[in-house]
Amino acid sequence: MNFNLRVWRQKTGEGKGGLVDYKATDVSPHTSFLEMLDVVNERLAEKGEEPIAFESDCREGICGTCSLTIDGEAHGPDHPGAACQLYMRRFKDGATITVEPFRARAFGVVKDLVVDRGALDRIVQAGGFVSARSGSAPEANSILVPKHDADLAMEAAACIGCGACAAACPNASAMLFTSAKVSHLALLPQGRPERTERVLRMVAQMDAEGFGNCTNTYECEAVCPAEISASFIAKLNREYAMATLRKRAGE
Amino acid sequence: MIGTLESKVPSGPLASKWSGYKDHARLVSPANRRKLEVIVVGSGLAGGAAAATLGEQGYHVKCFCFQDSPRRAHSIAAQGGINAAKNYQNDGDSVFRLFYDTIKGGDFRSREANVYRLAEVSNLIIDQCVEQGVPFAREYGGLLANRSFGGAQVSRTFYARGQTGQQLLLGAYQSLCRQIDAKTVSMFPHTEMLDLVLVEGHAKGIITRNLVSGKIEVHAADAVVLATGGYGNVFYLSTNARGSNVTATYRAYKKGALFGNPCYTQIHPTCIPVSGQFQSKLTLMSESLRNDGRVWVPAKKGDQRAPSEIPDTERDYYLERKYPSYGNLAPRDISSRSAKEACDDGRGVGPDGRGVFLDFADAIGRLGEKTIRERYGNLFDIYEKITGEDAYKQPMRIYPAVHYTMGGLWVDYNLMSNVPGLHVIGEANFSDHGANRLGASALMQGLADGYFVLPYTLPTYLAGQIGKRPAVDHPAFRQAETEVRARIQKMVNVYGTRTVDSFHRELGLLMWDKCGMARNASGLREALGRIPALREEFWGNVRIPGTGEEYNQSLERAGRVADYLEFAELMCIDALERDESCGGHFREEHQTPEGEALRNDEKFAAVFAWEFQGNGAIETPRLHREALSFESVELAQRSYK
Repeated sequence: MNFNLRVWRQKTGEGKGGLVDYKATDVSPHTSFLEMLDVVNERLAEKGEEPIAFESDCREGICGTCSLTIDGEAHGPDHPGAACQLYMRRFKDGATITVEPFRARAFGVVKDLVVDRGALDRIVQAGGFVSARSGSAPEANSILVPKHDADLAMEAAACIGCGACAAACPNASAMLFTSAKVSHLALLPQGRPERTERVLRMVAQMDAEGFGNCTNTYECEAVCPAEISASFIAKLNREYAMATLRKRAGE
Repeated sequence: MIGTLESKVPSGPLASKWSGYKDHARLVSPANRRKLEVIVVGSGLAGGAAAATLGEQGYHVKCFCFQDSPRRAHSIAAQGGINAAKNYQNDGDSVFRLFYDTIKGGDFRSREANVYRLAEVSNLIIDQCVEQGVPFAREYGGLLANRSFGGAQVSRTFYARGQTGQQLLLGAYQSLCRQIDAKTVSMFPHTEMLDLVLVEGHAKGIITRNLVSGKIEVHAADAVVLATGGYGNVFYLSTNARGSNVTATYRAYKKGALFGNPCYTQIHPTCIPVSGQFQSKLTLMSESLRNDGRVWVPAKKGDQRAPSEIPDTERDYYLERKYPSYGNLAPRDISSRSAKEACDDGRGVGPDGRGVFLDFADAIGRLGEKTIRERYGNLFDIYEKITGEDAYKQPMRIYPAVHYTMGGLWVDYNLMSNVPGLHVIGEANFSDHGANRLGASALMQGLADGYFVLPYTLPTYLAGQIGKRPAVDHPAFRQAETEVRARIQKMVNVYGTRTVDSFHRELGLLMWDKCGMARNASGLREALGRIPALREEFWGNVRIPGTGEEYNQSLERAGRVADYLEFAELMCIDALERDESCGGHFREEHQTPEGEALRNDEKFAAVFAWEFQGNGAIETPRLHREALSFESVELAQRSYK
């Protein structure tokens, strides 16, 4: 298969960038999208040109490192799945494919297709945890957790932290990301003692990082490789409202 | 020069060594902890857990990872589960049984006391993770669920769907985030360690490169902890993440730390077969699939019929045939080798005949598709994404792939290497899995080291180090920094004609061929002849576009491949020296009439720890042996029949 690529090139975070045309030729349909980019990069390096910078690590959709917007969609057309799980058989032979980094105000471009997603780490640092000091835990089966709650918590906890939700959102909102962590911990008895402080701090941090708000467009849910449901955003809003009330009531 | 290796295993009966150690270990007072700094390199299960726990204890911790966030460490990709001796299933499990299974699974090539301690703290890990909010699978009554896993006859594996590694890592990551928030831990993402700094023989700092700016930085501390994972990517194709590398441990080796058992490599039996020459990595299908899937190949050579057209009588369920009591749950090394044998025999399946079937038809018939979907849905989805095939309708095709490395830097009972102050935890050390690791034990070891072992053993070193931290302008730091800069410049200046990846692929193929699932003396000698030539070509002809003072992924990879090109030689030397078969190290010259690994306990019941020799140029390393003595187990020929 052959493809025409239009790839975002940007030397540094401060500089300006633009789309550059490349050809990807003789590509097997069983090649993954990132492997196709590897081949393009090999050829660029052989010619002495600078390869396209893009990040990936596990290449099996779990580490959340890859951060490509392909033909205008975060992670490309094959949902649910990360860009590393996208295979060229999904495209038509001869297609023109545009590749850009994740775009969101809070994600600065580092180089080419690489973005800085430190904002997501800082949201978790603002209370996205249970204060469980090593060695202090009670016997694991001493607190029963209904299967339904554990399963639902797992669905929220499956978030891979890639940031596609914010990249797809017209408001560049990180509500899906934040709601997944808030919900995961609020659904489990171990997370409840800190639920009030947690949701208030995490939402404040999300706002401080420059993420927008949610206007229910559901673009986040549509591109999420981990299939996190937008209903967790409703849960986040409930948690936030309850926490605000509790605070006002002087709790 | 290094004297005899001291394992520093405490005296006393096996079951009370660790509690006795903790009762008498030196402590550091809270006031002094504030004055001590610890560097932790790596943020996976071991590094993340250690950094968080040391932060909680009041030390100042600097934690480094090459990824853009600590949450992306490769522990995240572990699928199947984590073992613990809770005996919640009332099926006869105990700490001793978990210990015994682990040491037997490792083919009696690990240190008894370390393995016993691992089994002992396993239960604390489950308690800890549940308290952090790890959403383990549960039964309807709200109790924790378990499943069985390769190499065990009890159900002791805890799991969170097929994403146990992810959930455990996020638990450790969240604890780490809590400490970052509390300012006890400073996190350095996108930062790679390029050298270890010794001051008066003690590990007192590291040299790093900021992967975004290219800036070389020096960091001093009172102790250094390496939690940098394994070196499976020496084979180019493996289930490891693209960035996983040997650089940190290899740099420490070149500074005098001994490398233990580098030839011990685990080949995982259930991976998706290779499909093309540009393939960048291999994908694991969790071993838990073997609980319900049956492994088979056609009984006849060259049988090209579709699997559904081959009747049961013309199939060879070779694991069930050869190992009736463990069947499809035989340990990894045995399952992998059996698959290779079947394919070598011309009975492999798939386009190039390098694959075997993993068939769920019976399980779907017995339990229904819904149950199978609940248990393995995400794995079937991954399989379909990669191969385009529906495993509910036709059997999966699988083949072994490099997955884990049991070898690593040599450490004593304190998890400290022979270099004072340098501690090594998780996959990066050699310690607990012997010559073969059992399923669901990597997560256990990483977290055991990070949460429950190192936080007790590190203070025994730190207690004597108060006020001894050197300043970063100490000459040792300047010298190491100069060397790191010179090496980068030298690499960039080559500007030849071959790309970094082409060297890596060539090395990987050579290693897979000569030092992979089966090894023999002549093949290893051949590899030892070819590696130096490839290394020489690398330093004369590699092309790295760009400079060292910027974000440069070619340069990052080049540094790692350069280390692999040296490390590969060490692996082959070790594989040649270990003139026996054991666990994942299968020397074709040493096998039973049935083709099983044949150990030689008289000569090789020992750890091989290698000392780097030479000053710049690579010379044959010096071998040190730590004899393994077994007081509580009988060395038996491993049998899973």
